[in-house]
Amino acid sequence: MAIKVLTIQEDILGANDEKAKENGVFLDKKGILMVNIMSSPGAGKTSLLLKTVENLKSKTRIGVIEGDVASTIDAEKVSEQEVPVLQINTAGGCHLDANMIEQALKNMPLDDIDLLLIENVGNLICPAEFALGEQRKAMLLSLPEGDDKPYKYPLMFTEADVVLVNKIDLAPLLEFDMDSFMKAVKGLNSKVRIFQISCKTGKGMDEWYSWLEGELKSYRG
Amino acid sequence: MHELSITESILSITLEKAEQAKATRVSKINLVIGELSGVVDECVDFYFNFISKDTIAAGAVLSIQHPPTQFRCRKCNTIYSPNGQNWTCPNCQEQNSEIVSGRDLYIESIEVE
Repeated sequence: MAIKVLTIQEDILGANDEKAKENGVFLDKKGILMVNIMSSPGAGKTSLLLKTVENLKSKTRIGVIEGDVASTIDAEKVSEQEVPVLQINTAGGCHLDANMIEQALKNMPLDDIDLLLIENVGNLICPAEFALGEQRKAMLLSLPEGDDKPYKYPLMFTEADVVLVNKIDLAPLLEFDMDSFMKAVKGLNSKVRIFQISCKTGKGMDEWYSWLEGELKSYRG
Repeated sequence: MHELSITESILSITLEKAEQAKATRVSKINLVIGELSGVVDECVDFYFNFISKDTIAAGAVLSIQHPPTQFRCRKCNTIYSPNGQNWTCPNCQEQNSEIVSGRDLYIESIEVE
């Protein structure tokens, strides 16, 4: 039988991108700002979330979606803060995708939420590829991971609206070249905001909170 | 691990297009996967063989092109390939560039009978 060549030229992740767009439109209608927080495992995403919720919950109605391969440890910690939280277990999957978020949104009290923070699965590769419908992407890098990460995972740094450099209190113990790191990130992504923070000591956290509040304000017009 | 979701998408797009064309067999799938997408060919092959069993795409050859990473200097517009940790523009020595190639992740074509 004759072989026919069918031209396809279709994005492999097109279906996810479509679903993400739908999620984004849905959230826009609801006036909810969804922020996708991404990092390696252990960079401090959960600590960042807990501190952020603790500091902003009196002023802003916050909801949290926790993504993990397994367990509900993180969701339990967040729920102690008495804000709506939903845990997604990806059962081995290395990232959240737009479908998972669509389902999660159906199970959250959206009328009581203005700012929805998503803790993605700890990973610097896949989450950069899978859009969720978020309006902002935050990337967290901790000092012990090294200043060469933008060179190794450029996509993640290209996509981020804000990069938080965490565990800055460890700087005296480490040889992290902040200038070289900043140069690499800003070279790739000229619009990115970079904040140096410590979730532990609280250093720099106010800048992050103000950024979030500012984004929420401009988003809601 | 994101290779599994990517391979599932490859198979589902392939089957949809092949069925629309009333094909009885898919013999080859031509993919374009940029260097930066972090997708490992062997994993895609492995998953594909597994999940395409019992479909008309079983046994199809996956032919994967890898466009190299390329940057465009925002200052002088030079297109260049980054060299390890040296991302400076070879023309003007600035390090201020956007990625213009290497992020590709699409199905170029399929060959069907």
